Amino acid sequence: MSNRVLMKGNEIIGEAAIRAGCKLFFGYPITPSTEIIEYLAKNLPKAGGTVLQAEDEIGAINMCYGAACTGTRVMTASSSPGISLKQEGISYCAAAELPVVLVNVNRTGPGLGGLGPTQSDYFQSTKGGGHGDYRLIVLAPSKAQELYDFTLEAFDLAEKYRNPVLILTDGFLGQMMEPVELKEKPTSPEVDKSWVVDGARGREKRIIASYSLTNEIGEANNLRWEAKFNGIKEKEQRWEEFYADDAEYLLVSYGTTGRISKSVVLNARKKGIKLGLIRPITLWPFPEKAFIPYKNKIKGIVTVELNTGQMIEDVKLAMDCCVPIYLYRRQGGMLPTETEILEFLEKQFKLSTEEV
Amino acid sequence: MQKVFGRPKGLTEVAFSFCPGCTHGIIMRLVGEVLEELEIIEDTIGVSPVGCAGFCQDFFSCDFVGAAHGRAQAVGTGIKRALPDRIVFTYQGDGDIAAIGTQHAIHTAARGEKITSIMVNNAIYGMTGGQMAPTTLEGMKTSTSPYGRDLVINGYPLDLPKTIATLDGVKYVASVSVDSPKNILQAKKAIKKAFQVQQAGLGFALVSVLSTCPTNWGLSPVDSLKWLRENMMPVYEMGELKVAEEVKNL
Repeated sequence: MSNRVLMKGNEIIGEAAIRAGCKLFFGYPITPSTEIIEYLAKNLPKAGGTVLQAEDEIGAINMCYGAACTGTRVMTASSSPGISLKQEGISYCAAAELPVVLVNVNRTGPGLGGLGPTQSDYFQSTKGGGHGDYRLIVLAPSKAQELYDFTLEAFDLAEKYRNPVLILTDGFLGQMMEPVELKEKPTSPEVDKSWVVDGARGREKRIIASYSLTNEIGEANNLRWEAKFNGIKEKEQRWEEFYADDAEYLLVSYGTTGRISKSVVLNARKKGIKLGLIRPITLWPFPEKAFIPYKNKIKGIVTVELNTGQMIEDVKLAMDCCVPIYLYRRQGGMLPTETEILEFLEKQFKLSTEEV
Repeated sequence: MQKVFGRPKGLTEVAFSFCPGCTHGIIMRLVGEVLEELEIIEDTIGVSPVGCAGFCQDFFSCDFVGAAHGRAQAVGTGIKRALPDRIVFTYQGDGDIAAIGTQHAIHTAARGEKITSIMVNNAIYGMTGGQMAPTTLEGMKTSTSPYGRDLVINGYPLDLPKTIATLDGVKYVASVSVDSPKNILQAKKAIKKAFQVQQAGLGFALVSVLSTCPTNWGLSPVDSLKWLRENMMPVYEMGELKVAEEVKNL
């Protein structure tokens, strides 16, 4: 049975969270993410859940921390400055190995910034963000259906790895209306809940905390987390390839610019340029496996980003810098057109279209 | 031989690690006794802060969650909203609840969150080694107010319980002390009531307990108790600061 509807991006995230069995949402309004808390405030109570508007972002993430300690599915959503405020709590969630789902509807920065589409929080999302050495699983949707699918799956991933999962989107995806198939959620896999605190009824007491003043224990903890992150790196790298098989040149781009880049590929192909696209879906773990087949095969790469060049560092590492890798970027809320991206590619690689 | 005195079941066998003369041990014992007497050990989830009070996660025999500095009440809110039928309490020092966590202190209370908070006020940051707290008294020397707290530079000490008592969501606030046997008994009564308020589902309850820090005050345990009585008790309003109508019937 088809359940195809037209919905706004942020509302899709809210709907998917409800269908994923999210029972608690703690948040604080901030544009351009606010429709998520608004949608959930209206609809989560009907599904037996609660939305609590916290005193601030710090309160919201720490409420998530508490709720996650009980094994309850919980989410928070915000936009960049709000996510900055949450970083302390996110670090604690990672340390206490709590399954919390986070959404960042990225707005421009630094500072208060503006509301247009941007990818300025790539570093913050993928390289830690808060203090200490941890990673978030970061999912980057590029269309309505992925907002839905990835939000559904984020809860399972968070529980599977007992790690916070971040959905990184932007105001373009969040505010845009697009058709989405509200698929039934597959049954979540059984997960171990023997760690939750819910009152020590007929069992030993449990403590969930991240405090360790013994260096030996500290290192053992770090090694345990590292092993977990390495396992995630091995198993969860995701990406989409588009006309990449026979490509001489590749665009690498995710999220909003990932979808624009698809049109660039089609336009290039019409002109006879063998262009393909690798669209990272997990930003952490970065899909370095995607690049292996192309290392000695292609002539060059352009990353298309909405920042000063953040993901390009991971692309260069994944490619061992074995081909020229250039950045095409717009910033401050501006989007590139397909034409300007293709012109940049042609100029960098001296692709005279007359030759074709 | 009959055992006439022992550890309450609300405490584990782990030995307290506090400095000689510190009254944290007395306060934790009172909370442990209350958990046992109300038969709520298995229903209770405690939230520990950062600071000396943070060690409580090892000393109480109920489930525990360790929070970031100042965040215990937000964490407690998350736990209580997830498990409304459980008992949730925070055990926090004055720096934790009245400085770095003030926003949560105000709003947890204003929401009438059905949790219990125990605030331990020793007018100083203990674990970090005796720095100025929001509760440090005028003229009091600490390592970050080496010439004594200057009201012009540092402002006035904050009487948090008094502020909290003004909020509608709050059902019970008491400010007590454990400097004498009589006051210890009163403190226990207040702590018990604060948990009973939660058991009855009435709203937020706070008990502030004045405590000593002989190490960082630079006084002997006995002189510390004297100093507390002579200096802190006149500044911080003592007694039951708010008892809502429905609490009177408990």
